[in-house]
Amino acid sequence: MSKGRFSSILKLSVLSAVLAFTSNVSADPVKAAFVYIGPTGDHGWTYAHDEGVKYAKEKLGDDVIVTTIENVAENSDSERVITSLARKNDIVFTTSFGYMNPTIKVAKRYPDVKFEHATGYMLEDNVSVYSARFYEGRHVIGKIAGRMTESNVIGYIASFPIPEVIRGINSAFLAAKSVNPDVQIKVVWVYSWYDPGKEADAANALIAQGADVLMQHTDSTAAMTVAEEKGVHAFGQASNMREWGPNAQLTGIINDWGPYYADRIAAVRDGTWTSSDTFAGVQQGMVKFAPMNNNMPTEVKNEAMQAIIDLSMGAIHPFTGPINKQDGSPWLAEGETPPNFPDLLTMDFYVEGIDSQYPN
Amino acid sequence: MIKLIPRVENSKAMILLSPLLAMTLTALSALIIFIFILDDIKVSSVFFTLFVLPLTDSYLFPELLVKAAPLMIIGLGLSIGFRAGIWNIGAEGQYVIGGIAGGAVGLYFYNVEGFWLLPLMAIASILGGMFYASIAAFLRIRYQVNEILVTLMLTYVAVLFLSAMLQGPLRNPAGFNFPESRIFHDSAMLPIIWEGTRLHIGFIIAIIISLVAWFGIKKHMFGMQIKITGSAPRAAKFAGFNDNKTVLYSLLISGGLAGLAGFFEASGPAGQLTPGLPQFYGFTAIIVAFLARLHPIGILFSSLLIALSYVGGEEVQIEYNLPSSITQIFQGMLLFYFLACDILIKYKVVLNKTKN
Repeated sequence: MSKGRFSSILKLSVLSAVLAFTSNVSADPVKAAFVYIGPTGDHGWTYAHDEGVKYAKEKLGDDVIVTTIENVAENSDSERVITSLARKNDIVFTTSFGYMNPTIKVAKRYPDVKFEHATGYMLEDNVSVYSARFYEGRHVIGKIAGRMTESNVIGYIASFPIPEVIRGINSAFLAAKSVNPDVQIKVVWVYSWYDPGKEADAANALIAQGADVLMQHTDSTAAMTVAEEKGVHAFGQASNMREWGPNAQLTGIINDWGPYYADRIAAVRDGTWTSSDTFAGVQQGMVKFAPMNNNMPTEVKNEAMQAIIDLSMGAIHPFTGPINKQDGSPWLAEGETPPNFPDLLTMDFYVEGIDSQYPN
Repeated sequence: MIKLIPRVENSKAMILLSPLLAMTLTALSALIIFIFILDDIKVSSVFFTLFVLPLTDSYLFPELLVKAAPLMIIGLGLSIGFRAGIWNIGAEGQYVIGGIAGGAVGLYFYNVEGFWLLPLMAIASILGGMFYASIAAFLRIRYQVNEILVTLMLTYVAVLFLSAMLQGPLRNPAGFNFPESRIFHDSAMLPIIWEGTRLHIGFIIAIIISLVAWFGIKKHMFGMQIKITGSAPRAAKFAGFNDNKTVLYSLLISGGLAGLAGFFEASGPAGQLTPGLPQFYGFTAIIVAFLARLHPIGILFSSLLIALSYVGGEEVQIEYNLPSSITQIFQGMLLFYFLACDILIKYKVVLNKTKN
């Protein structure tokens, strides 16, 4: 090899190295990953997160590369999945409560990666938590349910007895009772987030027990389908489930994660990301509603719209005293509203008037 | 008409080769599916990620062993009963009860240091699993109740019992009332045998158990007893083997081992008790046992193979956005080809042209 040729190869390789380096700096998209508990086709919880991801992708364009993984069970497997994602991404969103401890463990091993855990309570320098005030949505559908029920029995399909679900039951019951003092709420626990079979069974059981309005804190459209067949009313959960219950769905609580996801990913891009604790509701637009069904009386619709407006202005709080606990002991005094911690975030009791037994 | 006629003599070579053949056929079928659904360029890299990467990557390989350990332990226990025709379908329930028992001991001695704690937790988990399986044994021996139904139904009871425990006595007092236990303290966690990974001592114990099982089945009278009871029940009766003892011991062994696996999971990769403890190991171990033709050493390999399908399946999901069902498709094909190969070893296919 001649000396001249060698030096030209050397120059070329130096040049290409420099080029590679500069192009790296100028346009390095943020790599963001999302861990889902269910399938994106659940049309509930996971679907809503996936819609949020699509929004963020559209908004950020070439600035973000997204990886999603669905059906990740809330067990020790999730730690492996989160680790695999942390090895290749700048920010990892874990979108269910059961990923909390695995997320924290992985975050400690990957201090340069950012983590965002939905619905949990453990923060680290590189772990944020975020959740929505779904109970504000329950307040609105509770009012509608209280007006619409003729049997005075609301059926509630619940997943796990965790504070988030308990908050929803209490909020819906209090709102329903405020417009209909005779209303009762029957709760069936299915101990799963996504199990269309069990959810449908629970819906049928509740209808058999006299419920003519169904609410759910589970992720599939099964109960909506049952409600449509049986001619009772129901509410979409996490997303608009109109398609499964054109007559049954009165409205739906929609979880809108899109703007949050876009903001957080953009913060990583801009180098401004810091650990934060977000608990947003109707006011911030994280909780939204599906269009009100026209088969509802106008007064009911207007009352619900008013509640939404009041919530969005921060004028009302679904938990405003006086409220007693189920055993009759006082919880909130006249006009009092609860703090996030501990009252809302650790809620483990039913409010007075619910005659179902608290699951133990 | 197609007829299956038993072969007079089964080919020894084919019996050994058929697992490899089944694996090859599974791989080929996977390849064909990938060619249909993916761009050409991706096929080989997806294939690599699914089958090879988990064996070569320094993070994924120990994870593969972590995933294989409970399958190995439960599969070994089940294989003993299956040999005797005792169908413990509910190892999942015994696993859960074992996990609760072991975990409860660890939580009772929360923050108490001591080398004795882990053995105590292990014993509690084995006894828990044994107790749970003994319910099925008792009902079968005393009232002739089918153990398949009892063990299966008790699985659901075990899962609900776990929920109740996590909602009540075992709930983390500082855990915002979520149904999870405290995170175990160091003395209640299994020692890690590969620094920087989650690979724990349970994997070594799983291998020791499989060697013991292999030796036991070969040399011990009980091994002979279960083999004969399973293959020739009448002969076993004439030989004076006690049928009830076979039922009891098979269920106690499989239940105890499933319970131990539950403890390894709780004190190993999970590090606490959560509603996510049950993860179908008890059911998947049935596939593991049959892929190995109930042979203890075979189970070593079949559990690794099934673990590979989980770990590789996750990676292709992450890398190539393939659906999560890819793991189940792979496991299903593997079992299908394996059983098909076995049928063809034992029987020959004859085209019967006469009409009756």
